[in-house]
Amino acid sequence: MSGERPVDGPTLTNDPLGVGYREREESITLTPLERQIAEQRGTGVSQADTALAPETELLTLNIGPHHPATHGVLRLLTTLEGEVVREVKPLVGYVHTGIEKNCEDKSYWKVIPLIERMDYAGYYFNALAYCMAVEKLLGIEVPKRAQYLRVIHTELCRIHSHMLWLGTSALDLGAISMFWYCFRERDNVLDLFEMSSGQRMHTRYIQIGGVAEDVPPGFVEKALWFVRQMPSRVDQFADLLDNNEIFLQRMRGVGVCSQERLLELGVTGPLLRATGNPWDLRKAAPYSSYDDFDFQVPVGTTGDNYDRYRVRLAELYESCKIIEQALEGLTEGPWITDDRKVALPPRHELATSMEALIHHFKLVTEGIRVPAGEVYLPIESPRGELGCFVVSDGSSKPARVHMREPSFINLQALSDMVEGEYIADLIATLAMLDPILGGIDR
Amino acid sequence: MNTPSEQSGQPGPGNTLPNAFHVTQPRTPEEFRARQLRARDMLRGDLEGADLEKFVEEAVVTTTLERALNWARSQTVFPMTFGLACCALEMMSIVSARYDVARFGSEAFRASPRQADLIILSGRVSIKMAPVIRRIYDQMLEPKWVIAMGACSSSGGVFSNYAVVQGADKFLPVDVHVPGCPPRPEALIHGIIKLQHKIKGRPDLGWRERYAADGSEEWPYGRAGAPHDVNLEQLIAERRALGSNGSGSNGLGVNGDARNLPLPEAGDA
Amino acid sequence: MPDAVGLELIAGELRAEFGDDAVVGTSYHREQACVQVDPSKVIRVLGHLRARAEHPYPFLASLHGCDYLPEAPRLGIHYELLNMRTVDRLRVKVRLDVDYPQIESCVELFPSAEFQEREVFDMFGVVFTGHPDLRRILMPEDYEGYPQRRDFPLGGELVIFTHNEPASPGWYR
Ligand code: SF4
Repeated sequence: MSGERPVDGPTLTNDPLGVGYREREESITLTPLERQIAEQRGTGVSQADTALAPETELLTLNIGPHHPATHGVLRLLTTLEGEVVREVKPLVGYVHTGIEKNCEDKSYWKVIPLIERMDYAGYYFNALAYCMAVEKLLGIEVPKRAQYLRVIHTELCRIHSHMLWLGTSALDLGAISMFWYCFRERDNVLDLFEMSSGQRMHTRYIQIGGVAEDVPPGFVEKALWFVRQMPSRVDQFADLLDNNEIFLQRMRGVGVCSQERLLELGVTGPLLRATGNPWDLRKAAPYSSYDDFDFQVPVGTTGDNYDRYRVRLAELYESCKIIEQALEGLTEGPWITDDRKVALPPRHELATSMEALIHHFKLVTEGIRVPAGEVYLPIESPRGELGCFVVSDGSSKPARVHMREPSFINLQALSDMVEGEYIADLIATLAMLDPILGGIDR
Repeated sequence: MNTPSEQSGQPGPGNTLPNAFHVTQPRTPEEFRARQLRARDMLRGDLEGADLEKFVEEAVVTTTLERALNWARSQTVFPMTFGLACCALEMMSIVSARYDVARFGSEAFRASPRQADLIILSGRVSIKMAPVIRRIYDQMLEPKWVIAMGACSSSGGVFSNYAVVQGADKFLPVDVHVPGCPPRPEALIHGIIKLQHKIKGRPDLGWRERYAADGSEEWPYGRAGAPHDVNLEQLIAERRALGSNGSGSNGLGVNGDARNLPLPEAGDA
Repeated sequence: MPDAVGLELIAGELRAEFGDDAVVGTSYHREQACVQVDPSKVIRVLGHLRARAEHPYPFLASLHGCDYLPEAPRLGIHYELLNMRTVDRLRVKVRLDVDYPQIESCVELFPSAEFQEREVFDMFGVVFTGHPDLRRILMPEDYEGYPQRRDFPLGGELVIFTHNEPASPGWYR
């Protein structure tokens, strides 16, 4: 061992990262337990005398960044004692894209497509959080129809995200047919997205002040057909998995973490609800007309993997309920605000109105000017509280855009969940944690 | 002894055979039955003379080992399970029931680089990930291919910033770029088929070669000082001649140079 | 949300507890309450807010940094506190100078801050003293510079379109 691990982080010198590269690498790869052993060896304490008997030899196993079970490019540095996980350290940053930096270089409109690419399974949520934050800075109201359309699309996106989660995590647990069933439903959702926006993923449908376009004729019928048949599909999924003894054994009582600890770690979303805490921003602080709809917040009891899985399945039913109510209550009216400083004027006005032409020109060339201020706006994404922090300096480009990504913060709970469990349960727990690496690394 | 093309029916984009396999297809069930009977007779040793000649003409294909190998290899490309970002979702859906890449022989995703032939770079490549990808690529066994899926891994996409490698061909030889953000699963399957053509030794020519294109909108073909002074008509005529005198019909080109390949006929590929 | 009056009450309470210079200022903007505190007292302020007798803020929703480039103390760090019972949010903000920014870590109080403080260190170069494991988290270990600072260049590459072609003929080959 060369060098001590910096105890309080890098010391305050000219270069806070002045510690040698090799030593820093060692400080990652050598876990405290290993260091303890190495120190004991160094001081000549015989193995038999110590608490660590010879058979408890530790093995450091590197999982990832390219590993199919990490749902992306997550790297887990695990310390194993036999098959039992003693310590796990997530190392992230392998898809760090610099989106937050890029956003500072774009006008407010052009940020939307970038920000959708953060959490790529819940892209509507990113756009919604950002647009609502900017709307808050601007102080504008969104028309009712736009709010309903936003709810419809975000809830469809929640179904999409949960389908992706169910398919891939069942695949991790060996249930390969779930993958095909779930991707069939996912494709149905994507068909709806394609209908309303023309793209399957990263649709840029939600716009500052409303939505980019009204839904085409036939969308409502197709969406109704989908949400009416979806509950029976979820029943099928539940039947397939709930009667599977292997699946149950890998889920029940595995990866438990207490509610208090989860709250300390900042965990939100289905992980927190699985422990019985009904914290859901759609109910607690309704945004975008969520208080118009009648739905319930499913909670679990013990907070093990099985509860996480059941909570997400129950959320699918609730999402279907919300979408159905929103589709039936969809009122006629504008789908974007008529504030001409924010939204493009309709095409036909351009031919007749000089003012509309000027607004159009200003919006397209320069973009929106947002009054100075800073806003943090949280919404409920499929993984928990997704907050968008926007700082405006009064120009047409945001001064700072930051996303409080639920997957980034939930990932800290992984080591609490799996320490002392088997390594196979690590994979199951990670699957039930549902991290999206694009959201973690941004 | 059926040739593979007889088994798989009409030649489609996925199972076109190299031009050397000039096999007449049985048109009717009766013809097919007649051939079956001939084959039975052949096996019994009853066939001789003109009948034997006819049988050989119908059922025996001569080719080089290398070409047969390339044909087989192109239809069993095993991609690696390797998802980087958003594009990985669309990469996963090519195996799903709707798209079913198994029709083209690439459904067996391998988790180990040692077993994979193809690495699909599905997403953005950050500077932290690039060395990892290079190492994974180095671990793959020859022959190996790379598809850059999506705008990000092809060129950096929308992310022109400090963290993203601006195009994966900075550190890897990329065979096929699939455009889109994300590309539809169909587009990725199209990319895989393009790769199959490439593997079969008939590289689908790039558009500049195919249309004998030089220059660009601002720099029209034929203007003085253009990079190449080539006569378009002459070039096409030359290639047609190559195709018609038979030397190009087996797709081998002249001197093995891909640029000298004949123009693809209508309906081909 | 505490309204404007509630925010002043909180500020008054903090002033009474930690001295007049503990609170630098308050702002109530777009229904969001923000109290700016002195960097040296932020941990004590957070601890106090976390464990207040009535109406505590025990949940740290988010911790992030920001670079207000032209303004004088350039860097800012925001702690988004939340009371889940009353769905009440309060932003605590500190401003730091860009030369050797240093602040106490709040991981002891809020374990959820661990990754987020590492991210702020990675992106803005703020050293959190007392953090158990302060390393870069998103960028490679040996990366130099703090990318989210506004004077850090965006990077990237010039895209060559066909209209740049006469300047560099044959670039596509
Ligand atoms: S090309 Fe688009 S969809 Fe693909 S990884 Fe890049 S941003 Fe994501």
